[in-house]
Amino acid sequence: MSKTDLSRRGLLRTGAVTSAGLALPTIFTAQSASAFTNDPTGGSVTLGFNVPQTGPYADEGADELRAYQLAVEHLNGEGDGGMLNTFTSKALEGSGILGKKVEYVTGDTQTKSDAARASAKSMIEKDGAIMITGGSSSGVAVAVQGLCQEAGVIFMAGLTHSNDTTGKDKKANGFRHFFNAYMSGAALAPVLKNLYGDDRKAYHLTADYTWGWTQEESIKAATEALGWETVNTVKTPLAATDFSSYIAPVLNSGADVLVLNHYGGNMVNSLTNAVQFGLREKEVNGKNFEIVVPLYSRLMAKGAGANVKGIHGSTNWHWSLQDEGSKAFVRSFGTKYGFPPSQAAHTCYVQTLLYADAVQRAGSFNPCAVAEALEDFEFDGMGNGKTLYRGDDHQCFKDVLVVRGKENPTSEFDLLEVVEVTPRAQVEYAADHPMFAGGQLGSCNPGS
Amino acid sequence: MFGLDKRDTTLLLIVACLAIFAPFILNPFPTDSGLAQFNAGYPDLMQRFVIFGIFAIGFNILFGLTGYLSFGHAAFLGVGSYSAVWMFKLLSMNVLPAIILSVIIAGLFALVIGYVSLRRSGIYFSILTLAFAQMSFSLAYSVLTPITNGETGLQLTLDDPRVLGQTSTADGSIPVTNFFGLEMRGTYEMAVGPWAFQFNMGYYLCALVLIAAFYLSIRIFRSPFGMMLRAVKSNQQRMNYTGLNSKPYTLAAFVISGMYAGLAGGLMASMDPLAGAERMQWTASGEVVLMTILGGAGTLIGPVLGAGFIKYFENIFSKINSNVLHSWFSFLPDGLEDFIVFIIYPFIGKGWHLTLGILFMLVVIYLPGGLVEGGQRIGNWIRGRKKSDARQNETHPAE
Repeated sequence: MSKTDLSRRGLLRTGAVTSAGLALPTIFTAQSASAFTNDPTGGSVTLGFNVPQTGPYADEGADELRAYQLAVEHLNGEGDGGMLNTFTSKALEGSGILGKKVEYVTGDTQTKSDAARASAKSMIEKDGAIMITGGSSSGVAVAVQGLCQEAGVIFMAGLTHSNDTTGKDKKANGFRHFFNAYMSGAALAPVLKNLYGDDRKAYHLTADYTWGWTQEESIKAATEALGWETVNTVKTPLAATDFSSYIAPVLNSGADVLVLNHYGGNMVNSLTNAVQFGLREKEVNGKNFEIVVPLYSRLMAKGAGANVKGIHGSTNWHWSLQDEGSKAFVRSFGTKYGFPPSQAAHTCYVQTLLYADAVQRAGSFNPCAVAEALEDFEFDGMGNGKTLYRGDDHQCFKDVLVVRGKENPTSEFDLLEVVEVTPRAQVEYAADHPMFAGGQLGSCNPGS
Repeated sequence: MFGLDKRDTTLLLIVACLAIFAPFILNPFPTDSGLAQFNAGYPDLMQRFVIFGIFAIGFNILFGLTGYLSFGHAAFLGVGSYSAVWMFKLLSMNVLPAIILSVIIAGLFALVIGYVSLRRSGIYFSILTLAFAQMSFSLAYSVLTPITNGETGLQLTLDDPRVLGQTSTADGSIPVTNFFGLEMRGTYEMAVGPWAFQFNMGYYLCALVLIAAFYLSIRIFRSPFGMMLRAVKSNQQRMNYTGLNSKPYTLAAFVISGMYAGLAGGLMASMDPLAGAERMQWTASGEVVLMTILGGAGTLIGPVLGAGFIKYFENIFSKINSNVLHSWFSFLPDGLEDFIVFIIYPFIGKGWHLTLGILFMLVVIYLPGGLVEGGQRIGNWIRGRKKSDARQNETHPAE
């Protein structure tokens, strides 16, 4: 039962306790003395690898983690050195970063913004990570990038393809090596024109989140510039596993091309459904019905099996490339794990080396110094030809691959073949392009 | 003190001490030792302990007292987060108006959902709340994208108006959340020998709110209103036959508990200004049910313990990877080392759900009153008393 009667003594005591409680926090306002967050003082430096270990992108996450472990080995001078031998910047010597041994902590993003941020926060606050990298979803990348900006550490994005990551949601502490939806559109359009002509009717199925929206916008703009007509665009929930109800209306829409703006498990299921409905054998408007998948990966091709044969899409990197950098990377990855790396593994490996190299060249772990070293940095020998890290939006510009599902795969890894390497000049855009407008980098934040 | 009897005052003081000295209690191992892996005394996790503690305390007011099992409480947490972030975007970065708005909005939301759901009881009530929560989740996830920013989550940007504060700081970054100038992320590090203790401003704000929330919950438990809610739990039909309308009581309990969830959501956004739709998913609603049952439904301190327990597992056990395991057992011969790592590996790292599931089962089967009952049994065993005496305790577990 409640007792509301207050005695004088009780009131005094209550008041004293309450005011002590309120005054308590004021002693904690002092900041620590270091110039930036997690300044490594000992003989080692800690990097945080935040990848999806559970959930729909767990396959990509596992491959990213393998690549990170390989990169750490190479940075510490173990193994065969991989791309360090082909990288045009020779600042790294295989003796860690600035003489400090590289150590790492891992976390699980679960492909959820909240979980990814919690995991990144604990790496920064508990383990003293100086840089966070990884992720396999644009939603997560945008969320973690925002966190790193606030906390004052560098974020090296993993697999994220949405225009927003370096567009509307770009941040001064965040950097992306992977290509984006606009580049996919720009690279694919000429190839599609050669293959299917300039008089086509396209129907879009789009994953309903940031990446899907920007992907649809980009590919729609690119194909409409060719003269294609967009019949309809339909958003599908990310969690959907059966797309039959979305495929059926395509048959009666008069469209003769289906564009699947889907990734991972979504794409595997929607493509399988489309093939089961016999779309590929159909003839509409006197032309063969075609399917296009703007963002392709080998792991997806593996999931979709024989259905991917002859279907075109774009990708950031493929292990069958024959330049020195790619060969060196595929060799060290294959020796260690027994199979070739995916594009997710490639971009994560390269991001780690790029970060280490930038620290080495800047001579400091201070995020602002590192950001300055990365901005407008030009390099080669990382498997994508000459590459530029543009300072205006922290996006890498490099060649983009257009690939096709192989008709006669020789092994379970040999599923895609490179149709065309689209030169960098063709996929470049102005930093204030309307698809990327609306955000600001802000200024770099070194933290406390 | 505070109008509580002696036992409740002790309980409140224990919770207050635990909350205030958490940075010490949770960091028992020196920073450089191998056991530092198990330290939980860093700001983010401490904030989570306290925030989910508040969430679970609120849930317990509904579930522990009335027995109505809501499976959609995460919706109120999510609504609270969204309101708080919108406050940061539009008004100012001060956390006070954000938290107040999140409590109010969550309360209104709970009033609407509660009004409809409470027309039924038992499993039908659970299903209705679950349905409402999933509806809110889908709305936030795709339909209401302009308000919630869909799957990406609502975030602060450099061009938000913030009419009472500043749009961006002098050096061009987003201002940080503060309580009248005290920055939430401000942390003071104290090094004592090999230990490093972190005192975080945001954590202490949350801790004060937790103490206040806990106090309020004790008052509700001990009030005539609380008695009425217990009557609903033991036999609602009989209550109705005596001519009492129980609906206003259950609705009030539902709204209060929704406001607690909104408070937790607002605090969460104040510590980390982002609101994502996943916060409203049914798994998040299930989590708070687990926390309450694991700790001891119907007891005062149980939900707080349960929240701490689950969050500790989620954040500490999931971090142990195979490399760490190998380094622990490296003193063993190679074959044996690999074998032991092979045995343990499925239960740690990404397998933490498995360990938690097993523990949950053990608790439910052998300690139906949750961790609190475990504590009582140990206490009684030490004092050598019979179990029956313990039943007299005021904090008994729910049946």
